[in-house]
Amino acid sequence: MTSLYDEVQAAPGEGVPTRRVTIKVNGDDRTVDVEPRLLLAHLLRQGLKLTGTHTGCDTSNCGACTILFDGRPIKSCTMLAVQADGHSLETVEGLASASELHPIQEGFKQEHGLHCGFCTPGMMLAAKALLDKNDNPTEDEVRWALSGNLCRCTGYQNIVKSVLWAAEKMRAESK
Amino acid sequence: MYPSRFGYESPKTVEEAVALLDAHGGEAKVLAGGQSLVPMMRLRFAAPEMIVDINGIEDLHYNRVEADGTVRIGALCRHEELEDNPAIAKAIPTIAAAAPLVADPIVRTRGTFVGSVCHADPQGDWAATMTALGGHIVAQGPKGKRDIPIAEFVIGPFQNTLAFNEIAVEAVIPAPKGVRVGNYLKLERRVGDFATASVAVTIDMQGDTVAYAGIALAGVGGRTINANEAASALVGKKLTAENIASVAAAVAAVAEPRTDHRGSADYKRQIVKTFVERILTGLLNTSQKAA
Repeated sequence: MTSLYDEVQAAPGEGVPTRRVTIKVNGDDRTVDVEPRLLLAHLLRQGLKLTGTHTGCDTSNCGACTILFDGRPIKSCTMLAVQADGHSLETVEGLASASELHPIQEGFKQEHGLHCGFCTPGMMLAAKALLDKNDNPTEDEVRWALSGNLCRCTGYQNIVKSVLWAAEKMRAESK
Repeated sequence: MYPSRFGYESPKTVEEAVALLDAHGGEAKVLAGGQSLVPMMRLRFAAPEMIVDINGIEDLHYNRVEADGTVRIGALCRHEELEDNPAIAKAIPTIAAAAPLVADPIVRTRGTFVGSVCHADPQGDWAATMTALGGHIVAQGPKGKRDIPIAEFVIGPFQNTLAFNEIAVEAVIPAPKGVRVGNYLKLERRVGDFATASVAVTIDMQGDTVAYAGIALAGVGGRTINANEAASALVGKKLTAENIASVAAAVAAVAEPRTDHRGSADYKRQIVKTFVERILTGLLNTSQKAA
């Protein structure tokens, strides 16, 4: 059981009302007491120590905090942790298996889809949401799907190549 | 940043949600998609005492086209559910054109149509679209439901006419008076930025004559700009190059753009004129091809 107040304190103060929520995170049920104002991105990072989810802009612009919520991409800095009660989340930590990278991660490695890496978790989950719906996207469709995620290093070129690489690999694997 | 402290309830019915709003006398806010409200709370522009999360009210999660062409959009219909939606595309081309331009693809998975109209951002795509379409909002309060025409609903920047204990449960777009065509154009520097200028146009055609024309603008004023009066000059007429040019000039005249880092006032007014001409000329060409 983890108790959380907010990003600056580990536990709620005396008398602060909390709610108990159960959230499936990367396949595991996690039960935590949260104060309503705790943001989902902060629960993941501070509470559950899943620091792969990054917070960049704090204003729903940059997409670094993108995770999958019941399979659809959301910006986790713009959802309250209490709203995730009973829902299923996937973060970047859920992509790789114990021994193998996910094809999307492999694609980012093969095609040099990152420089500093800050935007990468959000990029990869936005890409996963796309590839789950469309296993053979065009370059335009990849650019469109990633248009809510900002990268300040790469100029996007190699990110797009990485996702196309992953799509090809995933198609080959599913045959 | 994180929001200031608030209470949280997630009712399962609209009646319970309304009772919660009523009990908190104006200090409660409804949370639907949260794509405007949560950032505002984080930045402490908004600090409600109570959040009434309506996401658990499954009855509000729909969009449907009725037999007569009336379209009803429930309070939990997300932007993305209006994208790639053949029934909506056929019934209201303006909505189909605007949906992929709202914010960015990730925001569109959560943000709601009705919430965006309620937010009444002068830059908002849906308040402008609803204004052009001449729709209304269904508000539910302790005494039941009432219809609020969009022109009486969005009354200024970030201002709507809901009472503190009312929830906007549905947006309704009336059935077309003939064949409905339309389009939405938006100029933005990058995806997710505020619009430099946006134009929503909807036209109902009876044969080659215009039976209804609605135009509204976003991003070119301190509020959603209702240009329906300028657009109504088309009613009873054919879409011709001459009529199109005169309406485009009239619409540009009612825009209230201000010079800022996105462009000068003159530039934005010119964009409005160009977009109106481009949309109407496109509709004219399409209808000529169809005939």
